[in-house]
Amino acid sequence: MSYKTDLPVMLPVKPRALEPFKSLKKRHILLIAFLTIVGPSLVFAQTGEFEKSPLAILLDWTPLLLSGFLFNLVISFGAMALGTFVGGLLGLGQVSLFAPTRASSWLVTQFFRNAPWLVLLFFAMFLLPFELNIFGFKLPLPDWFKAILGLSLPVMANVSEIVRGAVRSLPSGQWEAAESLAYTRRQTLWLIILPQCVKRMLPPWMNLYSILTMATVLASIVGVSEVMTLTGRALAAEGGRTDLLAPFYGLVLVLFFIYCYPIARFTVWLEHKFSVIN
Amino acid sequence: MTWSATSDPMVSIKNVYKSFGSLDVLNGVTLDVMKGDVICIIGPSGSGKSTLIRCINALNDIQSGSILVEGLEVNDPNLDKLELRKKVGMVFQQYNLFPHKTALQNIMMAPVRVLKQNKKTSEAAALELLKKVRLEGKENTYPGELSGGQQQRVAIARSLAMQPDVILFDEVTAALDPETVGEVLQTIKELAEDGMTCILVTHEMAFAREVADHIYFTDRGIIVEHGPPETFFKDAKDPRTREFLSQIL
Repeated sequence: MSYKTDLPVMLPVKPRALEPFKSLKKRHILLIAFLTIVGPSLVFAQTGEFEKSPLAILLDWTPLLLSGFLFNLVISFGAMALGTFVGGLLGLGQVSLFAPTRASSWLVTQFFRNAPWLVLLFFAMFLLPFELNIFGFKLPLPDWFKAILGLSLPVMANVSEIVRGAVRSLPSGQWEAAESLAYTRRQTLWLIILPQCVKRMLPPWMNLYSILTMATVLASIVGVSEVMTLTGRALAAEGGRTDLLAPFYGLVLVLFFIYCYPIARFTVWLEHKFSVIN
Repeated sequence: MTWSATSDPMVSIKNVYKSFGSLDVLNGVTLDVMKGDVICIIGPSGSGKSTLIRCINALNDIQSGSILVEGLEVNDPNLDKLELRKKVGMVFQQYNLFPHKTALQNIMMAPVRVLKQNKKTSEAAALELLKKVRLEGKENTYPGELSGGQQQRVAIARSLAMQPDVILFDEVTAALDPETVGEVLQTIKELAEDGMTCILVTHEMAFAREVADHIYFTDRGIIVEHGPPETFFKDAKDPRTREFLSQIL
């Protein structure tokens, strides 16, 4: 209801309208693809110096590069799964009532959260042995597995903070209500607090996954045969032609973009949805 | 020492002191509540009313003194808090319903999980309670879809589902729209008539006058004056009480 009046009146507070989604259109995607892959090839085609066009060479190598990219995804899944599991426990440790647990979880979280990902990866790569001796069984530790371990460390620390932040963000009334109904602390956590946290944790968690996926190329520095390593080798095999650099690395960029962009969109959508409901 | 429901007070508060840091909130409070009593605690903001009742179910601890609930000493480091809270229900100003559970789940979850009651029995009891607070048909509704008054009545039903011996009401109508205050007060009144022991912190003077057996007036952490409503509201002795009542009535 609204009244027309000349008098100065206080209007009801209106929530600020949410910004409309900025969304990529088809033409944007075409433009990106053109600039990174097609464009340089066309430029070359006009010069006609070599036998094979860069685009044709790129097509030859694409299956291999795609398999390398799949390997990146495997590393991202592994590091995310491991990091989420350990980080979840660490996050619960950070809200523990037992002070030593709380303090040590906090310390571990802060340490790994404020460390460069690449350094952690180097540590995992060069400090872990190439095989583990467990009761006489020799368990090989391949490089990709060490990469998963190395990348799961920063993921762990970030997940720990996400969990702690979500638990702390719930109003204290939820704890008090549960307490006054004689729930144990564990029941309160699992039945009342954590289910409400999942919604709050999902967007930052997916954001973290997206960042992790893009960071998996760091594994190339320590010799894991993922997409960046393979791209380098393919370029070397083609004799180091400079006109191939842009299409090849362009393809890698596009692959990551195609994978990560929908995740980012979905995250924004989730945030939007939850902010409206809450 | 064994506690007897007929002769001993259900809640016995003796000389309780409580401070938050350097801020003294309770400065020696003593009061007894017998079974079936309805008592109202009134007083200016910051006088320690809410803190006092939160101490009864150990949501706040106390520095010294004694709080006995059915003979159970609350101010005991080895207190079994779960045991205490099965006896004492609480309803909050902000309802504090669990937003991810339906009204029915909010009510039946504690009996099932805490008291390990049979799910079918708990559900039947929960539906009965929803009817009692006049919310039949709302069992599958989430708290976010209910009005403040309806949420508060679900919260009362949730507390009742644990079959407590005494219920604490902490300014339960203070956050409500004026038009829904009445329905919540009506529910509490019916509880009181059923013989439930109730301790209320409230600003609803007319309501306190109507339902309370005894009224306590607190100021700066002490009980300034108390008495049955007729005498309390008509001829208060202490000047602080008079001033407060003159501002409110």
